[in-house]
This record gives sequence, C-alpha cells and structure tokens, in this order.
Amino acid sequence: MQAYILRRVVQGILAIFVICTVTFALARVSGDPLNVLLPEEASEEQIELIKAEWGLDKPLHMQYLQYLGKLFRGDLGEAIAWPNSTATELIVQRLPNTIKLSALALIVSGVIAFPVGVLVAIKKDTPFDYGGKLFAILGQSAPTFAVGLILMWIFAVQLNIFPTSGSGGIEYIILPALALGYYNVAALMRLTRSSMLEVLDTEYVKLARIKGVPEWKVVWKHCFRNALIVPLTYFGLIGAVLITGSVVIETVFAWPGLGHLVIKAILFRDYVVVQAVVLLFATAFVIINIMVDVLYAYIDPRIRYT
Amino acid sequence: MTAVQTATDTILEVNDLKTYIFTRAATVKAVDGISFNLRKGETLGIVGESGCGKTMTALSLLRLVPKPAGRIVEGEIVLNGEDILQKSEDEMRDVRGRQISMILQDPQTSLNPVFTIGNQLREALGIAHRENKSSMLSRAVDALRKVNVAAPERRLDDYPHQMSGGMKQRVVGAIAMSCEPGVIIADEPTTALDVTIQLQYLRLLKEIQAETGLAIIFITHDFGVVARMCDRVAVMYAGRIIEQGDVRDIFSRPAHPYTQALINSVPKLEQSVDRLYSIDGQPPLLSNLPEGCRFAPRCPYVSDQCYEAYPSSYQLDEGHHADCWALDANWQGTPIEEFVPPTGTAG
Repeated sequence: MQAYILRRVVQGILAIFVICTVTFALARVSGDPLNVLLPEEASEEQIELIKAEWGLDKPLHMQYLQYLGKLFRGDLGEAIAWPNSTATELIVQRLPNTIKLSALALIVSGVIAFPVGVLVAIKKDTPFDYGGKLFAILGQSAPTFAVGLILMWIFAVQLNIFPTSGSGGIEYIILPALALGYYNVAALMRLTRSSMLEVLDTEYVKLARIKGVPEWKVVWKHCFRNALIVPLTYFGLIGAVLITGSVVIETVFAWPGLGHLVIKAILFRDYVVVQAVVLLFATAFVIINIMVDVLYAYIDPRIRYT
Repeated sequence: MTAVQTATDTILEVNDLKTYIFTRAATVKAVDGISFNLRKGETLGIVGESGCGKTMTALSLLRLVPKPAGRIVEGEIVLNGEDILQKSEDEMRDVRGRQISMILQDPQTSLNPVFTIGNQLREALGIAHRENKSSMLSRAVDALRKVNVAAPERRLDDYPHQMSGGMKQRVVGAIAMSCEPGVIIADEPTTALDVTIQLQYLRLLKEIQAETGLAIIFITHDFGVVARMCDRVAVMYAGRIIEQGDVRDIFSRPAHPYTQALINSVPKLEQSVDRLYSIDGQPPLLSNLPEGCRFAPRCPYVSDQCYEAYPSSYQLDEGHHADCWALDANWQGTPIEEFVPPTGTAG
C-alpha cells in the first residue's frame, strides 16, 4: 500500500514539473510582457532598465532556470499588473473563495447524485427513473454559464431570494455553487446509475440475496461499494474541473476567486500571475487525482495488491 | 442414498409452479406448470438444454425471480410444510439461507470482490444466528473446514481474487451451507471448473450430504453428472418437466423421445464415435410456444395428435412418469422403439 502511494506521489511530482515547463513556455509565446510594463513612448534606456529588473534581458533558458529556482523557494514572482503585490499574495487572497465555491459545488453534486443515482437504478423503468433521466439530460446539455444565468434570473431577479452576484454572506455563494454543481450532478448520477445496474445484475449480489441479506444491505453494502469505482473517478476529476471550471461561473457571478483573477491577469498580460494560477490549478488536479487513486485502493482490494 | 423412505420425509413439494417473465413484446413462460417433490437426503437432478427453465425454476424456489419483469403466477412451493409463496418478503429472509440455499454457476463471480471471505461468511452466519464475534469466527472457520479448505483460519482475511476457482467454489458452498439449510440447489456448480476439480467438488457435496442429510437439487445439462450424483431425475423441456423418475429407471428405460435423445448424446468412453449425436432443431421460444407437445417439431415419432393437445402424464414405473402421447394405449403413430442404450453409430 505504501509503495502504491509513493509511486503515485512521484508520478504526480513529475507531472507538476512538466506543467511548470509548459506554462512557462506558453506564457512567453502569448506576447511580450514589456508591452504591458512600459508606456509606448518609453526610451531605450527605460526598456533596458525594466528588462534587467524583470530578468528579461537574460536568454530564455536562464529565465527558465531562474523561474524554477524561485519556484523551488516558494516564490511565484512579483505581479506585473498589480503594483506592490506578489502573485502569492494575490492567490492567497482569492484561493479561499474558490475553494469555498468548489467544495460546496462538489458537495451539492455528491450529495444529490449518489443517492439519486442509486435510487433510479433500483427503480429502473419507473417514473422515478424517467424523471432522473430528464433531469440528467438537462444538466448535461446546458452549459454552466447558461444554467448560472437561468438560476440568476429565476432566484435573484424574479423571486428575489438571492443576490445576483458579488460576494459577502452565505447567500452569495448558493447560486454559483448550484450552477457549478448541476452539470456534475447530472453526469455523476448517470454514471452511478449505470454502474449500479451492472453490479445489481452480478452473481455475488444474487448470492447475497440467497444468503438472506436484507435488500437495503444488498444495495448499500454489496452493490454501492462495487458500483462506486467509476463515479468516484469522475468525482475526483470534477473536483479538479470545478476549480478550473469556476473560471466561467466566477465571471458570471462576479465571485472574487482564482478564476476571476486569472481572467484579469490574462487581459493585462500578467504572465507571472497567469503562470502562478495555472500551476496552482494543475497542482490541485494532480493532488486530487492522487487522493482518488488512494481511495480506489481502499475501496477495491484488487487494486491494492497490484 | 436411494429412496426407501416414506412420504412423510418430504421436505419440498412443488405443485404446478408457473413463473412467467413479462416483457413488452411477449410473455416468456420460463416455468410452465411443473410439479415435483424432494425427500430429505435425496438428490434430484433437473436436466435439460440451456434456456429450458432450469435456472428460473431454481430462482423461483428461493423467490428470487428477477423483478419486476419476472413473476411466479401460479402454484405452490411447500417447504418444510409451509407454502413459501404465501410468505411476506420479510419472512422470506428467514427461509433463504436457513431452509433453502443455492450454489451458483460461476465461482469467479459469485463472491463479492471488495469484501474478505471471512466477512462474507460471517454475514451469512450473522443473519441466522445473532451471536458474539468470537463464536461467529469459530463458526466461519468450521464452515470452511467442512468444505476442505486448508488452514481456514488464515483464509478468512483473504479476498476472493487471492483464491483459485476451485477454492472459491468451495467457499461459495461453505456460504450456502453455513446455516445448515435442509435443501440446497446446485445450479451447474461445476461447469466453470476444470474436470479434475469438478470431480473433487462433486465428491465433497456427496460427503456433506451423507453427513448432514441435506437434500440437493442438482441442476445440470450433463447426464454423466446426473448418473454420478442423483437419486432421481426430472427432465425439463421448454418450461415443463417431461419425464421424471428414479435415476436407474430413467437410464435403463427412458420413455420420452427427448430423454432418449439426451441420453444418446452423452459420449461413452469405451466407444469411439465419429460424430457426437445431437438433436436436430432448436427448442421452441418460451415466448412463442407451440400448441400441444413442445417437443413435437423435433420428435422423430411425431403424429397429428401431438400438435393438438399437451400430452397426459403416463406412469411407467413406481414414481416414473413421462408426458408423451406415444405412451397412450390408443396411440396411432409410430410406436416408440424399445430403447437401446447408445452405440457408437447412433445418430
């Protein structure tokens, strides 16, 4: 088990290293940061000065090594578009908001999707099942920003229950979390359903019934854990996707999280902040994947031993 | 083991059982009016081709017909003197595992991959006996020992994927028999095992039966296994039992043309055969059964009468019945030939 986890962690670190390199390269191809740093009428001397200050006068590979070196010390760099702030400061300010939003969205999708998925599987081909299908299709085919706008229109504009956008108390987070969670509820529910149906049809479930195991225990002990593998993979992925996917929803609801930050940074060509946020997203992705892999091994002993 | 017992020894009696599966397109008459009984300590073989209703019969006996499509529509299943079709779902849980149990076809898939076998055994035991942990543990060990699992204490913490197929099937047997049911249904328990392991397993079942007086319903399509295992045989065809009787009577004087053909299709070691005997045609679709005798389209002796009505049952020996018009005294068609035990050139 330890070897399994260790292997996953090493793979994760490698993946993060590759991502560092790719984001560094991408940030350089996307445009010259000097255009943002300097007014158009800047003199040759001023340009040289700024170049030296930001290390842009050095060859690219030196810049890269410098970047890695700083990264290793936990320094993400000075923000270009936000004077007197480091990228780390900017991220630290906004990270809690994004985590709050993503976590709530994840909880919303998990809490709804797993039980409903199981229920529609048990009640296959009944009105429950059809209702679930309709709900799922709606969720999967509507883009999150559209769902966000519709929710906003119904609950904020028409019913006036929640504020339309911005941040503040708990009431501000509910609509974006629902909008962000809904897409995943749909997908996750369908995955749970099909996975449950498969498991319900197996011989070991038959044997459990033959033993006289009560039906609720057949469903929740024998089936659910076996049926969990596929939806759980997805659940992990959406955990990561939610953090990045929140870029859209944070913009729609003007939620001051990382998504909001990265959009601004891109507009201002602040490659330092963009790099930092992308790196953070990627790291989150990797960590969540490792967590899911470890969970797998816990759920399915066959994975533990290979 | 053969029957010199009285009728009071009957542990299971099935009367006119009908289990249908209702699909949108048609009604599949998987089990269509079968009757048989089973005495304590007896082994009844249910034989027939794939899709003739054997497994559905077994599931009906446990009331585990796949819902909502499948339903027992008629009949009686009297187990230990009580008709289980009258019981509630709650009461059925006391019946399953404790009075009647089942060993499934495929040991590879019969055990839940995510729980240890100790967990799965204790679960079976826990339903029947509410006891403390340590006595359950020793019961679980006993159950494994009974099916000849070596070092059972160490096996309890194993997961199914750590065991061989033969071992898994013995564990499945241990689970099925852990609560000492009076009746056990073995649904082709050896088809997924290789031949040497098959024999071991069948022997083990016989030994346990001799010790405990268990009654076994042995579902198979293999007449060779029937000869080895069973006291009596019921031959199923298209949802009905077309012939049943003592295993020796059935083998020496099979009355129904279908039974004869089945016995003929068993290859014999001492004869070299160019081509194995097989019955022409396919069994009828259970969703679209012909009028009259269901074997008629494939029967070499068929006459017009066979298509008109389902044949009556005729007694041939003590407890040996067959449903075939050719056994009637007024039969007009070709008489069924005296059964000659198969020779190499049959077919």
